[in-house]
Amino acid sequence: MIQVRGLHKHFGDLHVLKGIDLDVNKGEVLSVIGSSGSGKSTLLYCLNSLEQIQKGSVHVDGIDVHAKQTDVNKLRQKLGMVFQQWNSFPHLTVLENVALAPRIVSGKSKEEAYAMAEKQLKHVGLGDKLKNYPSSLSGGQQQRLAIARALAMEPEYMLFDEATSALDPEKVGEVLDTMRLLAEEGMTMICVTHEMGFAKEVSDRVAYFHEGIMEEIGPPEQIFQAPQSEHTRKFLANVL
Amino acid sequence: MFDYNFHWRPVLKTLPDLIQAGLTTLEVASLSMLIGIVLGLCLALMRMNMTGPLKWFAVSWIELARNTPALFQLFFFGFGLGAIGINLTPYTIILTGLSFNCAGYLAENFRGGFQAVPDTQLKAARCLGMNAWQAYTRIVIPQVFRVVYHPITNQMVWAVLMSSLGMLIGFRELSGETQFFASRTFRIFEYFAVTAVLYYIIVKIVLAASRLLAMRLFRY
Repeated sequence: MIQVRGLHKHFGDLHVLKGIDLDVNKGEVLSVIGSSGSGKSTLLYCLNSLEQIQKGSVHVDGIDVHAKQTDVNKLRQKLGMVFQQWNSFPHLTVLENVALAPRIVSGKSKEEAYAMAEKQLKHVGLGDKLKNYPSSLSGGQQQRLAIARALAMEPEYMLFDEATSALDPEKVGEVLDTMRLLAEEGMTMICVTHEMGFAKEVSDRVAYFHEGIMEEIGPPEQIFQAPQSEHTRKFLANVL
Repeated sequence: MFDYNFHWRPVLKTLPDLIQAGLTTLEVASLSMLIGIVLGLCLALMRMNMTGPLKWFAVSWIELARNTPALFQLFFFGFGLGAIGINLTPYTIILTGLSFNCAGYLAENFRGGFQAVPDTQLKAARCLGMNAWQAYTRIVIPQVFRVVYHPITNQMVWAVLMSSLGMLIGFRELSGETQFFASRTFRIFEYFAVTAVLYYIIVKIVLAASRLLAMRLFRY
């Protein structure tokens, strides 16, 4: 379970997150929506300690993420992350991209790591690209590679930071399908997204962020059909 | 009007010695490049990531190495240190001087290389649970090496050619050896002409080796 309490984040003078309280339960799919600059992505970065926080706390399965004694490298193995820019490692083959971290971080043997990598790549539909270099893949394929790479660490949570925003429109579907598949398999997911269709269909809850505040959180029916907040109503009127 | 008689025989007779000296040139240049790459990488990282004395140490090294004549740097390690009682052998002087110089130039190449690799690569690696060392050695530095590969090759050529300064501190690398034989036989033009050809061949070998290595290393 992820517990966020009274979280504040500043970038210099810019107050990006203004006291966020949020619980995400095991097996839950939470979509985070809101306009650019509302702090959605920063929230994700605070969850796996990519960004330091100024006030409040984040606990993942009871571990205080920002405590000094916390081993962040170990913690990050619980939290797979997929970025908007897929960040495949260009100098490694598709198979090596996925097998590297299981080998050097989890200490798996080469055979085990490669077997795990192959399994995850087949899982996301890249079983025929093992020997390719990322430069020969399309954006959608590279993003699925990034998902397989995160899954190979056997994370308990997956964080998606606008995973489809940088893709060509016709490639968005294949990545969303992969995310949908994960959701059906019971993965706990937090998806920062601009895909309202995905948020509506796949998530258990949807959170709307506005200028660093979580304006509203609830089941998709509430957010999309009967939003409580004026800001949410306005935002949805613009994007739907 | 042109009454110089070429005498190639003495040169050809000592050709094996010249080739041997050419190998010394290649050896000292390669070693100083290896040392220069390790030191240059450290200097670049110090300059980019450190503050205070370590940063200024790196900046001063880079500035001195790049903005003073290489010859003066060699003289410093030879006669300069000699004056305060530290006497290095000619081989050590040329190796130290070249390494010092190469490290300075390579540090700036590496700095450019690090800036060319998006910092999201580091982020992605850290997100997979890699520690900073793993993320740098497995993800960032291999990509930096590709960016700086051709500048490194240039620097290697430059090191081969610059090692000829060894002649001025009494080191018998290719130029030193040539100078030695030329002054004994007075066939100065012939000796330096042949040596120029030998340098040309060494550089061509270096370039060919670099191309082959690149084909093996960079398949992406």
